[in-house]
Parts: sequence; structure tokens; C-alpha cells
Amino acid sequence: MTSNVPAIEPDYLHAQTNSKGIGAWIFSTDHKRIGILYMVSMLVFFLTAVVLGVLMRLEMLTPGKTIMQPQTYNTFFTLHGIMMIFLFIIPGLPAVFGNFLLPLMIGAKDVFFPRLNLLSWWLFITGGLLALVSLFLPGGPADTGWTFYVPYSIRTTTNVIPALFAAFILGFSSILTGLNFITTIHRMRAPGMTWFKMPLFTWALYSTAWIQILATPVIGITLLLVVVERLFGVGIFDPNLGGDPVLYQHLFWIYSHPAVYIMILPGLGVVSEILPVFARRTIFGYKVIAYSSLAIAFIGSLVWAHHMFTVGMSNTGMFIFSLLTFLVSIPSAIKVFNWIATLYKGSIKIEVPFLFVLSFIFQFSIGGLTGLMLGVLAVNIHVQDTYFVVGHFHYVMFGGTGFGLMAAMHFWFPKMFGKMFKKIPAIIGWLLMTLGFNMLYFPMFILGYLGMPRRYYDYLPQYQSYHIISTVGSWILFIGILIIFINLLISLKKGKKASANPWGGKTLEWTVASPPPVENFHEIPVVEKGPYDYSEYEIKPESVK
Amino acid sequence: MTTAAATHTYRDDVGSRMGMWLFLFTELILFGGLFIIYAVYRFKFPEQFSLAARELDTLIGTVNTIILLTSSLTVALSITAIQQGKKHLSMMLIGMTIIFALAFLVNKYFEWSHKISIGIYPQSPELLNKPPGEILYFGLYYVMTGLHALHVIIGMVVLVFSMVFIAKGKINQQSYVKLEAGGLYWHLVDIIWIFLFPLFYLIS
Repeated sequence: MTSNVPAIEPDYLHAQTNSKGIGAWIFSTDHKRIGILYMVSMLVFFLTAVVLGVLMRLEMLTPGKTIMQPQTYNTFFTLHGIMMIFLFIIPGLPAVFGNFLLPLMIGAKDVFFPRLNLLSWWLFITGGLLALVSLFLPGGPADTGWTFYVPYSIRTTTNVIPALFAAFILGFSSILTGLNFITTIHRMRAPGMTWFKMPLFTWALYSTAWIQILATPVIGITLLLVVVERLFGVGIFDPNLGGDPVLYQHLFWIYSHPAVYIMILPGLGVVSEILPVFARRTIFGYKVIAYSSLAIAFIGSLVWAHHMFTVGMSNTGMFIFSLLTFLVSIPSAIKVFNWIATLYKGSIKIEVPFLFVLSFIFQFSIGGLTGLMLGVLAVNIHVQDTYFVVGHFHYVMFGGTGFGLMAAMHFWFPKMFGKMFKKIPAIIGWLLMTLGFNMLYFPMFILGYLGMPRRYYDYLPQYQSYHIISTVGSWILFIGILIIFINLLISLKKGKKASANPWGGKTLEWTVASPPPVENFHEIPVVEKGPYDYSEYEIKPESVK
Repeated sequence: MTTAAATHTYRDDVGSRMGMWLFLFTELILFGGLFIIYAVYRFKFPEQFSLAARELDTLIGTVNTIILLTSSLTVALSITAIQQGKKHLSMMLIGMTIIFALAFLVNKYFEWSHKISIGIYPQSPELLNKPPGEILYFGLYYVMTGLHALHVIIGMVVLVFSMVFIAKGKINQQSYVKLEAGGLYWHLVDIIWIFLFPLFYLIS
């Protein structure tokens, strides 16, 4: 298919709108502009949180005080968590790339509720700003950790209420995005695009959207209850008043464990999108990958209590939650095996997005396997709340989703801005990131196994060598991230003009100009083939003989 | 059809209704969290919960239930009215719904202020002297009925907007999905109350 847009139609970046200047962006209901808005705001939060992380690592370089006071350290890890989780990883792929790509991928002109979409971004920004404001209010930034566990979150005198309220508003934004996406996917697919001709990223977004609307309200009410408890002294979770702090943990994880899949599912979708393009091969097991997204969303909602094995639960309960936790690994592993099978006999073209995908698969596999170890009751009791857990979730969240996001940024950069990026600096950035990442987080598995607890400010001298390796890794990773971002920023200005389809993708977004015109499609396309039909490149069975 | 016109005339009532239903699910789950908490604590302190429940005035609760049920009827009638093109009747019925909502809130106000005047409110010395189950019961009572009252107020705002839209002709005989959405929201407010009423007033 060739571009179906006449050359005269203005692209979305330069189109004339009713408002001028920044207003043309922050009041725009164009899903592409909203996607870019999310991207800019999210990356600001991301970089802030990265700097906090680097400083925390620096503090851990030596035992005792290195650069900051214990209380500062507490607020740093809390903010690092809140920002990374609520402001970066949860909205990262769905809000940025989902908004930008979903309508393009299914052949629609916009999402179903464009104005609601804009409202979601406004809520996101309000929540983000509220979180930032809480840093500077008297009382000091929250120091509870991003989980806001009671009873400490009720007792501490820091600004927990603004932080909780910020998370609540961000949840609202997430819900609205989710219901918008579900409606869009149900009602706006181009003629001929049946469910099983949808791109796999769309499937991932669909599963994610269901978790967003089914799980987020639970955390909403839970956080709200902590706010009410702090403001009015209603004792729902306060043990002094008959309440039960363990109930808080249950409710918190009923959301927050499925939220882990809000974070990782779109990343898995990105990989399924990028691999077939650079392997020039029809993706292996399309339907199974699509179903496995739904399976992850479903089973992932039933495993929350594996966060609480040491909190006090019946043996039967522990056994059931351990078993269910194992079950989630099946659909995840199905995806990984299908990706590997897609690479088999592919004619692989090494490009930057592909490299990031390789890191993704490697790191996500390590993260997944250590997740299985954590699901084993006996091991869990040993490494509960140690650096092992920190290593595990960073391997999944950053090593998976974070690298998936980097892959997506490079893969769709030409489509979003109509410019190509420089390949060599991007590869150097990728290399440093992968190297630094593994150096930073792998020692944490050993540290955790040896008994170093998470969130501790101080530690015994025998742990120091691992901490040094880890901290040096954080520097390498940080330099890698900087190179990546600077390269992309320079390419925005100076990059070569990108063609409509620089990578040779087969999904619908590659059939429109780069950057896409305001209305996406001049004529709504009619879909006949599946999204990854590379049969022309593949070796036919008769030629194998 | 030009491209510009295509987006502006795009209309899909089934999709709009679907979006509204999805939103209502999230609201139900929001209250669902509270119902779980209620269930857990009721299971933990059965006697204290039923003792505390006797302090509530079943008559006020019953009156409020009747008010809300009737208001659900008037809002449903207003949708039928607009479908038949009876603009003024529809607006009048929405107006009646809003008045019912106000009556509900006034009732609630008297109920709450009576409780507070006899010293039952969070952190009051009177309440803190009671056993933990009763403290939890009244905590939940204030939180759950309070959150519900907040939804009543939001519902009233939605209905006021619906009335304005009908007056301006944005909601009319051909296009009434906005009013349907408002009506659905109001039914949700009603349904949640139908669950709150027996949990707090009747089981004792």
C-alpha cells in the first residue's frame, strides 16, 4: 500500500488551529497532539525520578552517611517510586503511544471521546503538579514509600495527603483513558479489520484498558480512605480504633498487582509489533499472543496476595496465591517463546529499535524467572523485602517496560516527527544502557540473597563491594539515557526527513505520511490482510528442498 | 462527504452508551471496595455491628429510599418524554428529579446533624468509649453515606446540565444519548443507595 494522503494536506504538527502558541497544544483534542503532550510531560517526570535514583545509589556507595540524611533518603525513595510508577510507567506506553497510535493502527480518525481524552491529560498534569507541590509544602515530602502502607502513612507528619490525592487523580486519568480505548477499539475499527486482524499492540492496549477500568477504582477508594482517616480520624485501617492494617495491604495490592500488568502489557505489545518488522517474518502464533495478553490481564488480577506471604495468611491462602502466581508465567512465557520462534529463519535487520527489543527479551526473562522464584513460598520468606525484590521488579519494570518504551520511541520516532535519528549515537546509548542496567540491578539479586533489606539507609560493610558495582552501573546507565535523549532531541531539529515507512512495517500507521496529517486518513482504509504479512520475504517450503 | 465534515458529523450512540456503562462499572467497583471492607468488619464484629445499627433511624432511611426510587422514575420518564419530542415535559421531569435529590440531601443533613449532636462522630469521646466494632460501624456509616451524598450532588449537577442542553436544543428528539447517560448515572446513585440502606438501617 502507498500513502493514501494527498501531499497538500497539512500534518498534525504544523496544522492551523483555533488557538495559538502553547494553547494549540494543551487545548487540542487531536489524539496525536495529546500523545505528544503526555510524552513531554512524562519524560520530565522520568528524568527527575532518574536523578533521584542516581542520588540514592550514590548514597549507598559507602555505609553510613555519604551525601544525605536518613530522612532525605526516605523521601527520595518515596518520590522515586511515586514518580516512576504513577507518572511514568503506568501512563508511559498506553497514554503516549496508545494515544498516538491506536487510532492510526485501527484506521480511525481519532479516539472515540476526543474531549474526554484531553481531560485525561489535564487530570494527569494536575496530579503530577500536585505531587510536585507536595515537595515544597511545610511538613516535607511524603516518606511512606510509594505503597503508603498504614499505619505509618496515617501517623507520619509529612505531606501524605497531597501525595495520596495526586495518586487518586492520576488514577482517574488512567480510568478515563482506559474506557476511551475500549470504546474506540470496539466501535471504530476500519472496515475489514476483524478482531484477529488487529495489530498486537492494540490487543495489548485492549487488555491493559480492562485492567485500568476494573482495578483502578479499588486503589482510588483505598487511598481516599487513608485521606479521610488522616483528615477526620475515621478509623477504618487504624488498629487503635478496631481497624485492620492488613486489609489496607489487601486492597492496595488488589489494584497494584494488576497495575504491574498495566505497566508491562503494552511493553509486550511493543515487542510483538517491532520484532516481525525487523525479522521480516510473519509473527509466530498471532492468536496465541493476542489471547495471552487477555490471560495475563485475567490471571494477573488474582495474584495480589503474593506480596503478603509474610504478613500473616492461612497456609491454604498462601498455597493458592503461590499457585496462581506460577500460572501468570505461562502466558508471559508463551509470548517470549513466540518471539524467539518469529526470529527463527527470519532475515534479521539490525536497527536500533530491534536492539532495544533484544535487551527487553533478555531482561524481561530474568525478571520473569526471578518472579517465579519469589512466587515459591520458601524462597519468598527468605528474600521478602530484600534487595532481591528490588532487583526483580526493576528487571521487569525498567528492563522490560523501560526498554520497551525506548524501543517504541525509536521505532515510532520517524512516524511521530517525520525525522530520522542518528544511528551511531543511538547504538552507543543502547549499549551503555544495557550494560549499565545489568551492572546496576544484577548485584541486587546477590545482595538480597545475602540478606540486605530494601529501603535501608545504612548497611553492614560486607555488602559494600556489591553496592559499589551497582552504583557504578547507575552512572553508566545514566550516561546512556542522556545520550539517547540528546540524540533524539538533536534529531528533532537536524534529522533527515523520514519517509512514510522507513522500517518496512505492515500495520496501518505506516500507510500515512510521516508525520501523519491531522485527520489521519484521507479515506478510511479497508483492511484485507493480517497486520504482519511478510510472506513475500519468507522462504517457501518448496525452495527449502 | 469532505474529511472535515466527516469528523463533525460522526455520531455513534451505541459507542457513547458503552463508554457510559464502562464508567458506571468503575463507580460500582469504587463502592465495591467499601462493601468489601464493610463485609470484613461485619464478619469480625457481628454483635457490635448490629448493636450500632439500632442507633440509626429506619424511618428517615425508608423515606430517603422512597424519594430516590421515585426520582429514578421521573428521570426515566423524562427520557421517554424527550423521545416523544415533549421538550417542556422532559425538562419539568428533570426538575422534579433535582427537587427529589435536594429533599434527599436535606433529610441526610438532619440525620447527620442529629448524630453529631448526640456526640457520635469520628474521634468524639462518646464514640471512642464504644467497642471497636461500633467505632468501625459509624466510621463506615459516615464514609459510605458521605461518598454516596457526594455522588448525589454530582448527579444533580449532571441533571442541571441536561436541562440546559434540552433548553438549548442540544438534546432533542433525534439525539438524546446525553440525557440517557445522565439518567444512567442517576440510576447508579439510586442503586448504590438500595445497597447501603439494608446494610446500615435494616440489618440489626
